[in-house]
Amino acid sequence: MKKRRYSPIWTFLALLILALFVIFVVYPLILILYKSVVNPSDNSFTIENFTRFFTRKYYTNTLLNSFSVTIVSTLISATLGLVIAYITRQYKIAGSKWLNICIVVSYLSPPFIGAYAWIQLLGRNGLFTRIINGLFGIKFGGIYGFAGIVLVFSLQSFPLVYMYVSGALQNLDNSLNEAAESLGANNFQRVTGIILPLVLPTVLASSLLVFMRVFSDFGTPMLIGEGYRTFPVVLYNQFMGEVTNDSYFAAALCVIIMAITLVFFFLQRWIARRHSYAMSALKPMLPRVQRTLPKILCHVFVYLVVLVALLPQLTVIVTSFLKESTPGIFTTEFSLINYETIFSKNPRVIPNTYLFGLAAIALVVVLGVLISYLAVRRKSIITSTVDTLTMLPYIIPGSVLGICFLYAFAQPPLALTGTALIIIISLTVRRMPYTIRSSTAIISQISPSIEEAAVSLGASEVRSFGEIMLPMMMPGVISGAIMSWVTVISELSSSIMLYRASTQTLTVAVYTEVIRDCFGNAAAYSTVLTVTSVLSLLLFFKLTGRRDISV
Amino acid sequence: MGVAIHVNNVTKAYGKNIVIQGLSAEIRPGEFFTLLGPSGCGKTTLLRMIIGFNTIEAGEIRVNDKVINNIPTNKRNMGMVFQNYAVFPHMSVRDNVAYGLKTRRIPRAERYRKADEILKLVKIDQYANRMPTQLSGGQQQRVALARAIVIEPEVLLMDEPLSNLDAKLRVEMRNVIKQIQHQIGITTVYVTHDQEEALAISDRIAVMNGGVIQQVGTPKHIYQRPANEFVSTFIGLSNLLDADCKDNTLDFGDNYRVPVTTLKDGVSGKVHVAVRPEEFIIHTDGTPGIPATVTSSVFLGMTQHYFMQLKNGKEIEVVENSDLTDIIPDGSEVSLEIMPLKVNIFDAETRATLIREGV
Repeated sequence: MKKRRYSPIWTFLALLILALFVIFVVYPLILILYKSVVNPSDNSFTIENFTRFFTRKYYTNTLLNSFSVTIVSTLISATLGLVIAYITRQYKIAGSKWLNICIVVSYLSPPFIGAYAWIQLLGRNGLFTRIINGLFGIKFGGIYGFAGIVLVFSLQSFPLVYMYVSGALQNLDNSLNEAAESLGANNFQRVTGIILPLVLPTVLASSLLVFMRVFSDFGTPMLIGEGYRTFPVVLYNQFMGEVTNDSYFAAALCVIIMAITLVFFFLQRWIARRHSYAMSALKPMLPRVQRTLPKILCHVFVYLVVLVALLPQLTVIVTSFLKESTPGIFTTEFSLINYETIFSKNPRVIPNTYLFGLAAIALVVVLGVLISYLAVRRKSIITSTVDTLTMLPYIIPGSVLGICFLYAFAQPPLALTGTALIIIISLTVRRMPYTIRSSTAIISQISPSIEEAAVSLGASEVRSFGEIMLPMMMPGVISGAIMSWVTVISELSSSIMLYRASTQTLTVAVYTEVIRDCFGNAAAYSTVLTVTSVLSLLLFFKLTGRRDISV
Repeated sequence: MGVAIHVNNVTKAYGKNIVIQGLSAEIRPGEFFTLLGPSGCGKTTLLRMIIGFNTIEAGEIRVNDKVINNIPTNKRNMGMVFQNYAVFPHMSVRDNVAYGLKTRRIPRAERYRKADEILKLVKIDQYANRMPTQLSGGQQQRVALARAIVIEPEVLLMDEPLSNLDAKLRVEMRNVIKQIQHQIGITTVYVTHDQEEALAISDRIAVMNGGVIQQVGTPKHIYQRPANEFVSTFIGLSNLLDADCKDNTLDFGDNYRVPVTTLKDGVSGKVHVAVRPEEFIIHTDGTPGIPATVTSSVFLGMTQHYFMQLKNGKEIEVVENSDLTDIIPDGSEVSLEIMPLKVNIFDAETRATLIREGV
């Protein structure tokens, strides 16, 4: 690397950011590690919490359950995402632009909303359940437990794989296809021998995201799992439960789940490093001509999957305008009563969501851009330490982060529990790794000589950053910020740990209403959330002129 | 007019890896000075030390009498043209060119007037309001050049500015650069690995290899009297032939001896004779010379190229101006005479030239 002397301001900024991360990431993590191995009575070292977990079938079973639902859901998501991405890139599918938006929309809601919507449809008293039972005269008891969880997670997560793989396929130069064909490969050989290996790293990377998301999500198994307990459910109950509340044992559970995500994180990195290809297509793949029958089959398949994936959102929107006869049973009568209730009940929920979201986005963008700039262009021990630290939240499940924050910031000098600030910070920390990775990609595409040119023309380093780098990064940063916004407002797992009545957000409100069986209110809340997401998404498409996104 | 740059015993190291050690060079006021060498030879490193993107670990660089080692780049008043142009993509052509004037706090009207003037000089004034993405590579390079000279720098630095252009445009742009440099008389340091470009554009060339300047001189001198074997083979093509030297006579064996008048005093022993392809005379009638067999030939219109093999198996290349006589068929046995005044002779051990100064 070219060594240069840089202005000391960058070191100052790097140290400042480092301090922030030490306080808000490292310290809470160390605290939870400490709590997991300390005996509260005499502060001595103990692994009692871990032995307690691993020797009781009750607990180890939840781990097995978690692995089964996660692995099955991840496999289904990866397959669905890969197949649909391939079909829509390789063949001409009517309305593919709208399909793409629908797929993204179906991804943009917290999984637990999918869970409660599917209960409306396929639960004990679900619409479909009643129809099926009526038609066939059977007593189908509704989709709960393993099948229900897998159904919700798979439909909710395949869009992620789809978005990543679709992007990778777009970067695949058509000449690779043509070369394979000219060398005598048939369709099957071409797909399995050329396309699949080239998109495999992307499939793995996105599958890992799915894996971590699914593995640490507790809302879905909580609602639809019934007797099927997964690990995050136990963690949540252990922490929030009224019956047992052993914070030291909860800390140990946090450490176990982080160890697991860490292993998978490195596994994915290891695989991705061994099979990664730099691709950029001069000539993207062209839609191929299909015979009629395969064409119809492809259309039916894609439309069916997308429709099923969108069903929860549609259900929620429709039911939000219906009156409930008894809690959980909707009539067919149109009404705005649900909206009246949610606006009068806790009028702060919606402003809270917007306010916390915007504050977190502002923080994430400013810090993310700075950190990636420092890590790429001002390499030093400090900046690479910061860069590594910022990846930590990537492996910390949201609920664990929430618990960490509760432990760490309960007492002065940083008594933040119950404040809006703690929620904003947790949202910022959770989103940071994604923002940094996308900013790093943006910066890497800007040649270092652009900045050198500015400096050679008399600009100071700070000035060239402000006048040249920032404006050049802006389009990418803004589109990234919109996507961050959409994910941040649908965040549940850390907010649910940290909220008070005064700091409720939409997702938390949906969850609490669902738990109380106030499905009407929940539907109205989540409709507001969905509308916000869809509008943001349309804004994103409008601003960037793109039809594909990456989260 | 123009400043002198004195590079005095400078060293560049990345950690323990020393790239340039104790290098010195004098660049004269207003001259077009080229650093030429293969990739990794340290030429760009040296250029970036002059502009200040690289630190200088030892030694000093002076502009006229001012040591610039510790002056930050943005205060050095040097213009630089980058290999990838580095045109700011979010600014119009005019704003790109005016940027350096903006950092110098020149009022808007004045800086646009100056920018437009320079845009006219580099002949892209009609694109002043366009965005860089709407320009071709050659036009972007003109913007980069205009942007670097509009600030009236003391020194103009160019890092392989033509390497991203196609062959035809490269020739056109090198003429533009040379013409404008002469017009404004600015001291220019130019980096390239393309020897033809260096010969065409430079007042003087420094040939570099392994972080060391091998030779400094005019293009003609460097081509005709290279200081050592590296320069001789890097600039143009040289066939290196073994010979014994005694009493100002080269003995190639096979009864072929050639008296030479260009040698230093008292040269004797094993030498390498560097013969450019055009410095042979081909005989097919048994005239004494170095025996060779034609392996293949290429007709290029103006010239006729032969690839031949010597008795020791060495492959050489010979060029003749094309004429009406028949092309010598492959497989023919010929003898090669050399032009004793033109060839260069190097010590077989040190690989340094044995030719007297001034011939």
